[in-house]
Amino acid sequence: MMNIISSQLFLTLVSAIFITAITGYLGTLMLSKKMSIVADPLSHLTLPGAALAIIYGYSLFLGVFPFVILGTILIWLIQKRTKLPMENVAAVVFAIAVSSALLILPIDKAEEILIGNITKITVPETLITIILSLVVFYRVRKIYPKMMLINIYEDLAMIEGVNISLYNLLYLLSIAIVLGLGVYLVGGFITAALIAIPAASAKNLSTNLFSYKIMSIVFGVISAVAGIFLARFVHLPTGPMVIATGVILFLISIIFQRRTV
Amino acid sequence: MNNLLEVKNLNVTLEGEKVIENLSFQVRQGEILTILGPNGSGKSVLLRTLLGFLPYQGKIIWQKKPKFGYLPQGLTQLKVKDYPLTVMDFFALKNTAPGNKEIINFLNLVGLGEEILNKVIGTLSGGQFQRLLIAWVLVSHPEVIFFDEPTTGVDIGGGETIYSLLHTIWKEEKLTIFLVTHDLSIVYKYSDNVLCLTRKGHLCFGPPKDILDEIMLEKIYGTEIKVYKHNL
Repeated sequence: MMNIISSQLFLTLVSAIFITAITGYLGTLMLSKKMSIVADPLSHLTLPGAALAIIYGYSLFLGVFPFVILGTILIWLIQKRTKLPMENVAAVVFAIAVSSALLILPIDKAEEILIGNITKITVPETLITIILSLVVFYRVRKIYPKMMLINIYEDLAMIEGVNISLYNLLYLLSIAIVLGLGVYLVGGFITAALIAIPAASAKNLSTNLFSYKIMSIVFGVISAVAGIFLARFVHLPTGPMVIATGVILFLISIIFQRRTV
Repeated sequence: MNNLLEVKNLNVTLEGEKVIENLSFQVRQGEILTILGPNGSGKSVLLRTLLGFLPYQGKIIWQKKPKFGYLPQGLTQLKVKDYPLTVMDFFALKNTAPGNKEIINFLNLVGLGEEILNKVIGTLSGGQFQRLLIAWVLVSHPEVIFFDEPTTGVDIGGGETIYSLLHTIWKEEKLTIFLVTHDLSIVYKYSDNVLCLTRKGHLCFGPPKDILDEIMLEKIYGTEIKVYKHNL
């Protein structure tokens, strides 16, 4: 395999496949009005960390993860304390994150933040991506049914004995890690698209929960692989091309949409 | 018969506002208790407190902590339309996912057929959805069901209302039911006891025929009740 494609391209493909598989999977839980509004502000929490990593020249991981995880815990605590809707709290934290990132970031070096740097991913970063994706997948699979119930109606989950606050924290942390990974692939501004688009396409075509989850993962992975090769072919940035491929899949899914309602 | 539940001097304060004040009542095993009252009188809060969801002062004593079933207010079909959930998927979200055979039994009990299992919930009719929710609650074999204001008088198909269906199931499954409703004809027909709440506190507790006269109804609902009186 190494003979046919360069080892850098191999690393890019492997990490992109893992990232889009996990964003696709988690995205199926986030396709409600409330959560799709939350994903975007959360993804911007990565920006100040990414900016610091670029300024001081260390790995994006070291910059992104502390910020996105601490920011998420902060959102969870504020929400728990104030009982404000999650989307309000996320919007406030979002404003802080973006403005602080723009204050410290040298604009001429902003490319990595804007469009990701998956084509330069290193071996250790790829390994971390694989491990984190697997850990999040295992976690989310465990909390999936109860999170779905919480999304539908919190009281239904409560009567089933679910600790809503704990589940929300686990859920938000999973989202935070996945968004952190997403920054590598598509940059910090459009990470939420990785979560939202495959799930939306899958919803158009699926007939049950299982096919919905599988399709979302598959659409995510297809858009990553196709996007990476297309970007090389036409010499355009990889991250936006992955999103563009996802959008094309979404448009196709609309054509074949099942009329369920 | 022994009391299943005894509530003594119950006080619930939410965000600094007293919603329930010095409330006391008892419920026997197998009874249907209806909770009546205008909007904002604390009916849903009372149910959610009894379920253990809200903090309170006073005493809530269950003789033996029963298994609860709960159909919350406002659980509409819109809430499940965000996801392509089939009826089967919806049952699988429960703590201990019931087997196929058991699901079908309960679907039949509420008047739904096996063929509905693979249908996406968003495509069901309103009546089918209401029936499904009842089956979803019943399949966990609850001993006590809390039923918060199901859509009043909605025909769920076959000339049945939610209430007549519930009443049939109540007889078959020997349940204790807490019911919040505005529909007075239901209260007279099915309730053993009525608990009336108003925004100023609790007004009356007892069998509907003994306590619910016109004067009491007017005290609970103010002048709005004139519309209902003709129906009684």
